[in-house]
Amino acid sequence: MSKPRNYQTEAIIIKKIKLGEADRILTLYTPHLGKIQAVAKGVRRPRSKLAGHLELLTHSLVSLARGRNIDTIIGSQTINSFLPLKSDLQLSSYALYATELVNQFTAENIENYPLFELLLETMHRLCQGDDNELVLRYFELHLLDKVGYRPQLQQCVSCRLPLKATTNSFCPSAGGMLCPICSQSQPLTYPLSVNAQKVLQLLQNSDYNTVSRLKINPELSHQLEMVMRNYLRYLLEREIKSTAWLDTLREQTRRAAFSQIALL
Amino acid sequence: MRLNQSLMPTAEAVYKLIQELNKLPGIGPKSAQRLAYHLLRTPEEQTKLLADAILLVKQKTKLCSVCFNITDSDPCLICCSDQRDHSKICIVEQPQDIVALEHTKTYNGRYHVLHGAISPTEGVGADDIRIKELMKRLQGGSISEVILATNPNLEGEQTAMYLNKLISPLGIRVTRLARGLPFGTELEYADDVTLTRAIEGRQEF
Repeated sequence: MSKPRNYQTEAIIIKKIKLGEADRILTLYTPHLGKIQAVAKGVRRPRSKLAGHLELLTHSLVSLARGRNIDTIIGSQTINSFLPLKSDLQLSSYALYATELVNQFTAENIENYPLFELLLETMHRLCQGDDNELVLRYFELHLLDKVGYRPQLQQCVSCRLPLKATTNSFCPSAGGMLCPICSQSQPLTYPLSVNAQKVLQLLQNSDYNTVSRLKINPELSHQLEMVMRNYLRYLLEREIKSTAWLDTLREQTRRAAFSQIALL
Repeated sequence: MRLNQSLMPTAEAVYKLIQELNKLPGIGPKSAQRLAYHLLRTPEEQTKLLADAILLVKQKTKLCSVCFNITDSDPCLICCSDQRDHSKICIVEQPQDIVALEHTKTYNGRYHVLHGAISPTEGVGADDIRIKELMKRLQGGSISEVILATNPNLEGEQTAMYLNKLISPLGIRVTRLARGLPFGTELEYADDVTLTRAIEGRQEF
């Protein structure tokens, strides 16, 4: 039996590119079809009935018609528009970073339901006003888990011995931690404090409810961000574009705070 | 789709024209072919007008040094005009947006074209669009209001929120174009974001 002409799926809109006069090609992340691309006709016109339901960072129920090369979106209804994300510069930037990672780490048409769930939960958590950095680190580690790049954080990847409570190093090319002896022979490693290692292990092995109770100081948070960024960059073999923007925002917030102190 | 001349039983000049037309946005190989054969049939004076117009647009236009709109005289007519309110600046993404706003005949201030919007996932940051130039314009102290008229999509919103963060500490009034229901549509098809904004921004009748 041939596939039905039309089908319906839940989707999170993770990328859009302009096409022709008023159309767009959207990248959707779906629970059971994985990542798919589809054409949305006329969505750049102000009177488009679909446009608002197909904006980035929207969770929608989308109807599609099968096409020869690419499917066409024929209907869409918002499930959750994530308004708090869209009305906050910082939050929308974090969420875009998460969608960029999902887009980069997935191939088209490969189902990965846990990853869909993770992305959706992450967007909800960002809306709730939890510690955003922690939400992102949890997302990154579990994304890697679900796409097959889970880093080894419990034992040394070279000598296979359990790690001692001391400064060990993370090695992106080895895909995990190295003990002080093994790391001497590796050129590119990032030393991690005992605390940083503990937090990473907890993030990797616990559910989010446990993790959300953690309180992390800014210095440690920065250390974790950098080690994850380096590992992700190593795996993708390219820059993650939205990180540059996250850095700009952080720099600007820092400067604004500084000038406020100067005023006082 | 790449065009292959060996598969095309046509003169080289025609093939070349098809190839060039094919590079235009929204013009596929078939449309390019149709346009090329149309031009072939039209009188020479007519095609010359088109060719001259294309060349002229490249040779005679530049960006206004004040507002970065496309213009043939620098500064542009809007920036030069005494009739215009020089204390207001309306910020848009593209020169085409000015055309749309001017068509309404309701705005009497000046403009600033950013030439893009912030898009983190495409790698477009604050330094890639004309934000620095805008901030320089605002320094004189003669500007009392900035109207953010970036597109009401995620990139436009992000750009507007970022600009608001930069401009409001300067003590300049920052306003945003109202976001609500477009004229001539039906309420039932409106999305949550638009409806929420429309309710929040409702006005006395």
